[in-house]
Amino acid sequence: MRCQKCEKPATFHITELAGGKPQELHLCEEHAKEYLRQPDAAEEASPSLAGMLAQQLAVGQTAAELARLDQQACPVCGITFFEFRNQGRLGCPHDYVGFKKELGPLILNIHGESEHRGKRPPGGGGGTDELTKLIRLRREMREAITEENYERASELRDEIRQMEKTTRRAP
Amino acid sequence: MVTSSGEWLRGSGPESDIVISSRIRLARNLAHFPFISRADASDRAEIEKQLRDAIGAAVENPLDYVDVNKLAPIDRQFLAERQLISREHAESEGARSVVIDPSEQISLMINEEDHLRIQVMHSGLDLLTAWEQINALDDRLQQYVTFAFHDKLGFLTACPTNVGTGLRVSVMLHLPALVLTEQIERVFRSLQKINLAVRGLYGEGSQFMGDFYQISNQLTLGRSELDLVKQVGDVVPQIIDYERKAREALVRQSNESLHDRVSRAYGILRTAQTISSEETMHLLSSVRMGVNLGLIHDLEIPTINKLFIHTQPAHLQKLRGTELDTADRNKERARYLREHLDGQGRPEQN
Repeated sequence: MRCQKCEKPATFHITELAGGKPQELHLCEEHAKEYLRQPDAAEEASPSLAGMLAQQLAVGQTAAELARLDQQACPVCGITFFEFRNQGRLGCPHDYVGFKKELGPLILNIHGESEHRGKRPPGGGGGTDELTKLIRLRREMREAITEENYERASELRDEIRQMEKTTRRAP
Repeated sequence: MVTSSGEWLRGSGPESDIVISSRIRLARNLAHFPFISRADASDRAEIEKQLRDAIGAAVENPLDYVDVNKLAPIDRQFLAERQLISREHAESEGARSVVIDPSEQISLMINEEDHLRIQVMHSGLDLLTAWEQINALDDRLQQYVTFAFHDKLGFLTACPTNVGTGLRVSVMLHLPALVLTEQIERVFRSLQKINLAVRGLYGEGSQFMGDFYQISNQLTLGRSELDLVKQVGDVVPQIIDYERKAREALVRQSNESLHDRVSRAYGILRTAQTISSEETMHLLSSVRMGVNLGLIHDLEIPTINKLFIHTQPAHLQKLRGTELDTADRNKERARYLREHLDGQGRPEQN
């Protein structure tokens, strides 16, 4: 078999995966080397989360808007959007609701989709609001203890215990 | 556990000349606790307790509970080399643990990046069995705990890159011929185009060592778990095919130099007096290919797989029963290789 680019015999048989379909290339050593060396348009490393966030936030947001956005804190876990941008990790399940406006486009950008199509918890899951309330109450209780407001802390502790009784499934 | 090899290095299962292991993991978080980045010590302790109780109730078989936080660094490294915990889990701080089944097929990491990471690993290409197993385990766990779930976004994870299914499917491949024929880069680029990630032996950020590559899905939202499993499962046979073709081409076009390369590698491993972990990986990779191509006859794949893992730093020190510095490790590694390759090609019983 001859090289597809010259008259020399083809000694390299390269199979290219394109959209899942293999494409055969038959080249001589020289042209194979040249082919393998050429830069590929899709060569850019897969974009990192931080990179995508920066991109996301750079579009259509002024410095003042960004500064305001960064100060937004989740009422449940207390994480600010700035902290999330820095560490790339969210603070609690409620962040997906609280930062919905900012996270929505980001998630779409990462996955190219915005709706879950996989398995669901038995009984449809849900109840997230009720459960995330526990996260907030525990945080408030700790804050009350730090502020030495023990009366408030004990009220919160009772409320937490009551809620835990109803939410936890006994193993 | 020290002297055995674990599930993923058994060297059996479909396509095991090229596919080392098939692994699936699910990321899950308890709905009523903050994610790890905002969890304080008491949260972490409570998360650990609730998950351990749930796992104990959900799994009938006996399990090993390992308190990773209390382990010596060398033991943590040992578990990471064994792929039972991630490097991140080994190196982080605070209450965290791993629950392992004795066959080392299942491991459940508690308080990693997410509250729970369930992992199922099989030798060779066997994604569907791994999926059925992990899916059943996830279902059973959900009888005892409530995972954070959003109607539209699915299972909620600490990083938005895992949201939805929380599923990561990874297949570890040994691709020495694609590396030798310089075709590997093109395979990588093709995989990136269809949203699959290629990583080194120990996942994200790890170096490519000894021609081992891990291929996994990048997207977790908007497709069913089975679709994601299928996507990886469908592309792996094509890569296996390229690797086989590249091996055939090497045999056809340069059998002599190939045989020389394999024999030299085998020779060095059998005679070296001091050898680094990296050189060992590269040489074992050539020897492994040599065995698969019938160029070496007195050695079997499970033995080589076992040598790959037993010559890693923490394994070597655990086997020797003492801590060793780099220079001593290199000598001990060479000694271990000589002992296990010098005409003793038969695999040992685990």
